[in-house]
Amino acid sequence: MKIGNFLVVTLYILFLMLPIYWLLNMSFKPNSEILGGITFFPRNFTVQNYVTIFTDPSWYMGYVNSILYVAMNTVISLAVALPAAYAFSRYSFLGDKHLFFWLLTNRMAPPAVFALPFFQLYSSVGLFDTHIAVALAHCLFNVPLAVWILEGFMRGVPKEIDETAYIDGYSWPRFFVKIFMPLIASGIGVAAFFCFMFSWVELLLSRTLTTVDAKPIAATMTRTVSASGLDWGLLAAAGVLTIIPGALVVFFVRNYIAKGFALGRV
Amino acid sequence: MALTLQGVTKVSGAETHIHPTDLTLERGGMTVLLGPTLAGKTSLMRLMAGLDRPDAGRILFDGRDVTRLRVQDRNVAMVYQQFINYPAATVYDNIASPLRIKGLASGEIDRRVRQAAGLVRLDEVQLRKRPLELSGGQQQRCALARALVKEATLVLLDEPLANLDYKLREELRAELPRIFADSGAIFVYATTEPHEALLLGGNTACLHEGRVTQIGPTPEVYRAPVDATTARVFSDPPMNFAPVRKSGQSLDFGTGAFPAGPLSSAPDGRYMAGFRPNHLHITRPETDAMAFNAHVAVTEITGSESFVHVDWRPPGGEPARWVALAHGVHEPPLGTEMRVFVEPRHLYLFAESGALAAAAPYATAA
Repeated sequence: MKIGNFLVVTLYILFLMLPIYWLLNMSFKPNSEILGGITFFPRNFTVQNYVTIFTDPSWYMGYVNSILYVAMNTVISLAVALPAAYAFSRYSFLGDKHLFFWLLTNRMAPPAVFALPFFQLYSSVGLFDTHIAVALAHCLFNVPLAVWILEGFMRGVPKEIDETAYIDGYSWPRFFVKIFMPLIASGIGVAAFFCFMFSWVELLLSRTLTTVDAKPIAATMTRTVSASGLDWGLLAAAGVLTIIPGALVVFFVRNYIAKGFALGRV
Repeated sequence: MALTLQGVTKVSGAETHIHPTDLTLERGGMTVLLGPTLAGKTSLMRLMAGLDRPDAGRILFDGRDVTRLRVQDRNVAMVYQQFINYPAATVYDNIASPLRIKGLASGEIDRRVRQAAGLVRLDEVQLRKRPLELSGGQQQRCALARALVKEATLVLLDEPLANLDYKLREELRAELPRIFADSGAIFVYATTEPHEALLLGGNTACLHEGRVTQIGPTPEVYRAPVDATTARVFSDPPMNFAPVRKSGQSLDFGTGAFPAGPLSSAPDGRYMAGFRPNHLHITRPETDAMAFNAHVAVTEITGSESFVHVDWRPPGGEPARWVALAHGVHEPPLGTEMRVFVEPRHLYLFAESGALAAAAPYATAA
């Protein structure tokens, strides 16, 4: 029985890891070997693909652009969502429940729906092909999500803590930063992770709203067809480098991620 | 030097949480707010603290109107039933937090934190821990120390001992008057337990459904409740009641008439007779005691005492549940008929409106 369980789990993990291994495998091979047949280990081991990415601005600027707008989006989303989530968790006002639910419905439309209005709007106000344009567009999806996650975490903090702080003499902003934010630090981490994750993997809006100056890495990867055909090894190396930031961020919030998926309501 | 509430009212939606209330609390004394759950104790405290605004009425502090003053600008401290501390900060920083906000010098802060910690018996090791690493009793001591250190003029304690286990509660309750003795502040202590009010002394304000039914020195309120509601609130187990018709020298309970004895001078009429559980006997105390036939419903035995719950049914009336407090272990079989006894000298007579009409001389003895 025990061996059976072990076997199933091992097979499942192997199955999940296979494409990632294959990507890694390819990234260390020259194109001739990739196209020449199946090899399970790189015969002609090379780091040339990675060198190209780190030396060619048209490649590494893709990462810089992606990281820039993802960071901007995460900061804006949290800055907006923190006070909003606090209001939803602490006060009751006219239509609060409807507004709260309406926020989530923003996530129910596919991003493609918004590609056209954003493209036209940003073009007309001169925001086209800027980092802030992509960051703002992603806010449409990330702010509601962050509000929901943070509200769940905030609800877990008794209201009496707020009142005790006011009685102690704290003003609201000081209380919020000094007392409240440390209490929901894990929630902020999880919300930041979800913002990061969505913004990092989203391709359609970021590709539509950029051309050169703010072009994200994912767009660079999908457009790389040179005169000599596809550069498999280079693309594989780019893919590996694209996985790494996500893996790093997941590592830091690994203990809270289940609570995040439950929108803080565990 | 006092906190004065003038016609303070709190309404929430269609519900009135606090009916217009006039109350004056003097400095240097402990006032116990006594009432069952949902009587409005917490609502009243929140109004006093400034956490909620009254819908009508004024709150004066030493003659100054503070009704519209923010809670940050009032010099109050509050301890909740739940152990409320800042979980992310150490116990030391928790206690120091109101002083840091005031911007005191660090030497002064350190001196006062240690003084307060000493009063509530938190030692050096505990000061360095975080609140959630402490036991419940110690967490509440931390909250008490934070209330102390501020030297507030109004200290509100909202059932601070209710979440503690029996032993810790007794221990901390005995210490509370000592802890707050020298501060000269106005203390308000909310509790649901009558014996807690009696142990703490001071003044007691009885609350029932958002109304203060009576306020006065605790033993006086206990001995001479102004109405049946106060008597019911300030008695644990609750006071026993029986409808009675008084005429001339006799008290007629329907199941038998008894000599009125010390209550002979009360005007004739219909009353609700009240007597405390410790005055309802299961053995005949003396010859002039009134005897009733009742049926045993429940018995609770604490060891040194037994609470015998009996049902007494007046002819044609609703059955009444009475509780008799008896010394030692008594376990009468459930459902059996049993004679219980009350002496006329232990009776209160309440008018049909609920107001106290007459009290026999020994009813007030305890």
